[in-house]
Amino acid sequence: MTDEMIKQAIIGIINDINPDEDTSNIDAATRLRDQLDLDSMDFLDIVMELRKRYGVHVPDTDYEHLASLDSCVNYLRDKMAGKELVS
Amino acid sequence: MSHYDAIIIGAGMSGLAAGIRLAMYDKKVVVLERHYVWGGLNSFYQFQGHQFDVGLHAMTNYAPRGARGLPLTRLLKQLRIRWEELDLHQQGHSAVSFPGLKLNFSNDFELLRSEIARAFPGQIDGFDALTRQVRGYNEFDLNAPTLNAREIVESHTTDPVLADMLFCPLMFYGSARENDMDWDQFVVMFKSIFFEGFARPQAGVRHILKLLIDRYRRAGGELRLKAGVSRIITDGQRATGVELDNGETLTADNVLSSAGLVETGRLVGSAGLWPADAVDVPSTAGADKMSAQQAAGTAALRGKLSFTETISVLDKPARDLGIEETIIFFSNTERFNYAQPNDLCDTSSGVICMPGNFNLPRQPKDHLVRITNIANYDKWAALGSAGLRPAHAVDVTSTADAHRMSASKAGQRPALPYYEAKQHWYARSCDDVLSHIPDFRPYVSLVDMFTPRTIRHYTGHEGGAVYGSPLKKRTGESGVEGLYIIGTDQGFLGIIGAMLSGISMANRWVLQRDNAAVETT
Repeated sequence: MTDEMIKQAIIGIINDINPDEDTSNIDAATRLRDQLDLDSMDFLDIVMELRKRYGVHVPDTDYEHLASLDSCVNYLRDKMAGKELVS
Repeated sequence: MSHYDAIIIGAGMSGLAAGIRLAMYDKKVVVLERHYVWGGLNSFYQFQGHQFDVGLHAMTNYAPRGARGLPLTRLLKQLRIRWEELDLHQQGHSAVSFPGLKLNFSNDFELLRSEIARAFPGQIDGFDALTRQVRGYNEFDLNAPTLNAREIVESHTTDPVLADMLFCPLMFYGSARENDMDWDQFVVMFKSIFFEGFARPQAGVRHILKLLIDRYRRAGGELRLKAGVSRIITDGQRATGVELDNGETLTADNVLSSAGLVETGRLVGSAGLWPADAVDVPSTAGADKMSAQQAAGTAALRGKLSFTETISVLDKPARDLGIEETIIFFSNTERFNYAQPNDLCDTSSGVICMPGNFNLPRQPKDHLVRITNIANYDKWAALGSAGLRPAHAVDVTSTADAHRMSASKAGQRPALPYYEAKQHWYARSCDDVLSHIPDFRPYVSLVDMFTPRTIRHYTGHEGGAVYGSPLKKRTGESGVEGLYIIGTDQGFLGIIGAMLSGISMANRWVLQRDNAAVETT
C-alpha cells in the first residue's frame, strides 16, 4: 500500500464514522483533532476499523501515532505493507 | 449451550446501543429482553386503534446537522446513523410555569436567558455565572467526584424560586434523587434541555427504536424477546453467564446489565454484591450516613420516584384550543417539591406535553395532551385489582363521575381499587393543569393512563423507579468482574444519555479491553 493509499484508508474510515464531515481538504501535517470533529471515542473507532478492515493492531499506547495523516502514514507504513485498500 | 462475547440484559435504548457497538466489531452478542417488545422505558403500544408512545415526550440534546462536539453528534458517529435518518423536528417553545411566574424557553438558549432577565432581574448575573460553570464542566469525566447540584446552584442564585424553576424540568426529565441532583447529572440535563433542546421524529419513539433495531440486526446482533434473565451466574469472582426464566443457560465473557443497580444485584443473588464503594456517593453532605445505610442493605439504592402519565386524545389540535407550548413543566406551589408523595399521586406539579406542537411536517393523526405526575409506587401496588380493566383503560364517560368525586370527597377518599384510582387521578391530573393551559377537557374523546404499576411491569424497575437508583455507578463497575452496569443507573440521562451509556460502557469494558488483550498475545 502506498503512502497515499494509507491516507485514503484513514480518510475512508473517517468518512464512515462521520458522513457529514468534509474530508476533502485535510492538511496531512496538522493534527486530525484540530481539523475535524474527532474525539477519543472516534479514535477508538479508527483503531477498531484498522483492525477489522486491514488486520492491523494498534495498541492503546500507540494512539498518539494516529494524530495526523502524516504520522499515520509513518506509523502504518510497515504494518499496511502488502495490504489492499478497502473502500 | 451458546457462548457469547457479551450478553446484554434489556432491549432498551442503552442495551440496543451497546449491542450495536459490539456487533459492529464482530463480537458475538445477544440482547435479552423479558418482554415481547423492545424499548424498555421508551416504548410504544396500540390502544383502540391509536398508536401511543410510552416515556418519550421529546428527544433532548437536539443538535443541528454537523454540529460539533455535542452528545447527539457523538451518538450518531458511534452508531453510524446519519443525522437525516433521525427525522428530527424541533419544538416550538416550552415553558416552566409556577404561580404567577412563567419562563419560556426554546432550542435557542437566549430565549431562556432573556426570560430570566425579565422575571428575575436581580438574578441574571448569577444565572450567567451558573451557565458558565455548566458550560465548562465535563460531565463525561467518569472519575469526577459526585457533588450536590443544589449547593452549587444556590451559590449563584439567591432566589430559591428561580433555583426551583431551573431544577423543575431537569428533575422531571431525569432525576432519581428527591429534591436534589448530582451535579454531573444536573449538567447533563441542563445542557441537554436548555443549551441543546427538544426535538422529535414525526413517528415518535417508534422511529428511533426501529433505527436501532435495524442497525443492530444488520451488524449481526442477536435479539431475543420473551427471554427474561432470572439469574446472573458467577464463579464467585467473575460473571460467567445468565440463566433465563425458562431455565436455559447462556455463558459469556461479559454481561452488561441495564436492569438497574438493585435489580442487577438481585440477579446475582448476593447481599454482599454492592460494597460501599461500588456506587458514587455525593462527596459533600451525608456521606457517612450513606455508607451506613449501604451497609444495612440496599434501601439507599432504591429509587423512590415513579410517575403516572395520562394520555388524552382531543378531537382537535391543541393549538386550536390556544395551547402554544410544546412542553410545560409546572408547579402549583411556589416551591417545587420533587419527592415521593404520601398519596397515590402528587398532581400539584407535573409535565404537560403536546406532541402536536413540535414543528412536524405533518399534523399527527392523534391530537394528544399527555400529563405526567409524580406518583407513589407502593400506594399503587397496594390497591386491589378488583374491577381491573385491560392494562391501560380509563373511560372518558366515567371521568365525569371522578371529577365530582374528587370535588366532593377531597381528603376523605376511601381506599380505591386500581381501576377506580385511575379514574380519580386522571380527573385530578387534568384539573390541576388548568392554571397553565386552557380547559381541554370538553374536547377529550379517548383517555388512557399508565401508573407506577405499569412501569414496574414493563421495565422491571423496582418501585416503578423511572430514573432508577438515586445512587449511580458512572464507571459501570458492579463489584463483580465481567458484570457492568449500563443505562439509567450508570448515570447518563435522557434518551441520548442512555444510548451513550451503552456505547461508552461497551467501548470501555469490552472493545478497549479486547484491543488491549491483543497486545499480550
